Amino acid sequence: MQDWLDIGTLADIPVQGARTLTLDGTPIAVFRTVDDHVFALVDRCPHKGGPLSQGIVHGHAVACPLHNWRIALASGRAQGDDHGCTPTLTVRRDGERILLAHPLPLADAA
Amino acid sequence: MDFEGFAKVDFEEALEPSAFDDGPTLPDRQHLVVVGNGMAGCRAIEELIARDAGRYRVTIFGAEPHVNYNRIMLSPVLAGEKTFDEIVINGHDWYADHGIELIAGDPVETIDRAAKTVTARSGRSVGYDKLLLATGSDPFIIPVPGKDLPGVITFRDMNDVDQMLAAAEAGRAKGGGAAVVIGGGLLGLEAAHGLSLRGMKVTVIHLAKTLMERQLDESAGWLLKTALEARGQVILTEANTAEIVGDWRVEGVRLADGTLIPASLVVMAVGIRPATALARTAGLEVGRGIKVDDHMVTSDPDVLAVGECVEHDGQVYGLVAPLWDMCRSLANGLVDRHSGYRGSVTSTKLKVSGIDVFSAGDFAGGDGAEDIVLRDASRGIYKRVVVRDDRIVGAVLYGDTADGSWYFDLLKKGEDVSAIRDVLIFGQAFASGGGQADPKAAVAALSDDAEICGCNGVTKGKVCQSIVDGATSLDAVRSTCKASASCGSCTGLVEQLLSITLGEDYGGERTVKTMCKCTSFGHDDVRREIVAQAMRSIPEVMQKLHWSTPDGCSSCRPALNYYLLCALPGDYKDDQQSRFVNERMHANIQKDGTYSVVPRMWGGLTSPRELRAIADVVEKFNAPMVKVTGGQRLDIFGIRKEDLPAVWADLNAAGMVSGHAYGKSLRTVKTCVGSEWCRFGTQDSTGLGVKIERMTWGSWMPHKFKIAVSGCPRNCAEATIKDFGIVCVDSGYELHVGGNGGIKVRATDLLCKVATEEEAMEVCAAFVQLYREQARYLERTAPWIERVGTDHIKSSLLDDPEAIPTLAARFRSSQRFMQDDPWEKRVTGEDAHLHQPLLVAAQ
Repeated sequence: MQDWLDIGTLADIPVQGARTLTLDGTPIAVFRTVDDHVFALVDRCPHKGGPLSQGIVHGHAVACPLHNWRIALASGRAQGDDHGCTPTLTVRRDGERILLAHPLPLADAA
Repeated sequence: MDFEGFAKVDFEEALEPSAFDDGPTLPDRQHLVVVGNGMAGCRAIEELIARDAGRYRVTIFGAEPHVNYNRIMLSPVLAGEKTFDEIVINGHDWYADHGIELIAGDPVETIDRAAKTVTARSGRSVGYDKLLLATGSDPFIIPVPGKDLPGVITFRDMNDVDQMLAAAEAGRAKGGGAAVVIGGGLLGLEAAHGLSLRGMKVTVIHLAKTLMERQLDESAGWLLKTALEARGQVILTEANTAEIVGDWRVEGVRLADGTLIPASLVVMAVGIRPATALARTAGLEVGRGIKVDDHMVTSDPDVLAVGECVEHDGQVYGLVAPLWDMCRSLANGLVDRHSGYRGSVTSTKLKVSGIDVFSAGDFAGGDGAEDIVLRDASRGIYKRVVVRDDRIVGAVLYGDTADGSWYFDLLKKGEDVSAIRDVLIFGQAFASGGGQADPKAAVAALSDDAEICGCNGVTKGKVCQSIVDGATSLDAVRSTCKASASCGSCTGLVEQLLSITLGEDYGGERTVKTMCKCTSFGHDDVRREIVAQAMRSIPEVMQKLHWSTPDGCSSCRPALNYYLLCALPGDYKDDQQSRFVNERMHANIQKDGTYSVVPRMWGGLTSPRELRAIADVVEKFNAPMVKVTGGQRLDIFGIRKEDLPAVWADLNAAGMVSGHAYGKSLRTVKTCVGSEWCRFGTQDSTGLGVKIERMTWGSWMPHKFKIAVSGCPRNCAEATIKDFGIVCVDSGYELHVGGNGGIKVRATDLLCKVATEEEAMEVCAAFVQLYREQARYLERTAPWIERVGTDHIKSSLLDDPEAIPTLAARFRSSQRFMQDDPWEKRVTGEDAHLHQPLLVAAQ
């Protein structure tokens, strides 16, 4: 059975930025892109575990703050020549509210 | 059709409880009652009549005292381009001709689904066989103090328009009134446009970063803002309304930052939400809208719903096109020819205040999506097509929307566009005009008169001629016929012409290394153009220099942010989201995601009070390590992001400011003890170090920058491997530049020797400014000097006696704006929420 957690409004997240929260002990980063799409990923780069939430968001990707790996927000996959994947969470918008699917799909957690 | 006597539109009469409740029914005719006399309700009936005019007896309830009019056309009515009569869709005759009873000005308040009746405000009750809800949507009112004051209105119906016209009239009597429009979406901008045409001074307040962010991406939104400002409107983005002020009626709007904007009229146009109250109280299933199936049937088989009030497959729509689709499906269902609505892909083609904009589909892109961007600065055009798996999934057009419907058509049909991928962005005429499959063939097919370079008006013929005449490289073409020499957007076309004309002789290589994949310009070109064209923001640079991505990347954005900051100190609004995490957090991110914090110790000096404060912070926040840095400062490790504001607060309270140990800026000024204590010291190196640090701290630079002052040639402060080093000697000060103790060790070059501290500081300021203005982003002084040559640095500073004072003055002027402590701002609450986790709301 899947629940939807209400984690706040679009306005809570800075454009081209992210906010974080912890769910079941896992750090989650919730991103808002320049065109107001919202994505949620486990807040760990597949490379060395860097907090993706603190990276520069451009287009629908984020550059990890530790070593500049670029991670696609929709799939969690590393882009370019890098390989690795960060688990993503299903996010849904209900008007201004942001809803997160719960429990987390942690089967493929890094 | 012989059915008569129910065309009641008279307002007075309509309010009377009537005897039509169970009016004369023909046994074979079911009674269809429509709640809502707007565009959806009436369109549904039009569709029904077109299929089977005699099938139902129809009664329509409308809340407004009007016949059916085109709500979209309220803007032209406000702007004075149309009258109300001109926007009526169906006049009284239509209702009469089709035997439709219109009950206008009497909103339905309850539905009794068991008894199958609806009851209106007047008490009139009508029975139905089928009920159609077309209640539309309600304007959203933001719950701020003062929202109920007279003079605060929405922009939704004729009554609103009348109030706006009255306010404009009253303003005119006093020599011009002022209005505030809250909301920079389509509706708000239409209202603002109409009100300014009516002579009001209009300020638009918009919460988001750019206008119409739902329909337009950031680039197009920025262009729109620039165009509207040029027409005299004041547009405030990222502006949060705190309250509407006024004693007995509206006098102004106060923003969260304290700004007060006087106004006699406030229009709330922040959005709409489906009007579902009636359906909800009737016990129908309601999500964001009234839930319907593919035939527009609600959870009650005898109740249908259509338009903005419904939710279909999780979607609600606020546009007209989906509404037409829904009405067709609804009418088919009503005459038992079920077709089924499958949801709509929407496109928006608008003229906002006379400016053409278009958007369709999912222009956000996302995983696996490619953006194809065309920016034409000289014509004010921006086009972006998003392609995924060789199919168009979205498009945004600004300034030239002629190809909008073509893109939308390709999008809806899901056509494979791989064959025309390279010329897609140039539009239908281009893509289907020349050989579709090969972009080179398309260019080859262009006539000699076709314009290649819009900036310089160069035709294909002229470009080819100059190539034939010997311009065999891009740079040569640029310098001979000027094509591609200005904005560069035609660079690809010129290269294709080179390739076509020269064949295999054209190597195709470019010599300038571009800033990143988003642009064809190098760092130096971008810097030069920013100054030459007086550009003021990142979106402006991206537009004018034809960036090929919508919002750049993590390489170009921090560089652009720096170049603008350097060019416009004090004027440019820093873009936090284009800064690397360390600069955004004002602390150093470490491998485990925690941060380290370095308080500034001027010249490396400290005091018991500062040491005590640092020790207290270490204990209080369980910092696992404190370390002396290479630059003589204390680095406190292992601070959690949430604790950063509290750490800064404690350090601030002890008088310490940020050490900028994380920034592309001055890090530290390292010193030795100098003449005050040292038996070899020739000058007061510690004192000079403190003065220099006080002068240079907080200055943003292309890369980190280190300074040292050594008191004698023994050089204990290691001044000869710093970006700027001072070595004190008996006769004065030796000034060194370009040292680096990093991966590639480089000893400094001696720049010059001066006699006094004042001169040493003046040269330091001038050198720093020269570096700030000329080096490329992320280029430290050592590689910069090796690239341009020590002679260039020396001659830039020393040949002209005015050079040093001029550069130093520019540096000091810029420092007036730079020297504010970022920690202090955040201790007082700026961006505090960014350190806090999101809260999960109670379920």
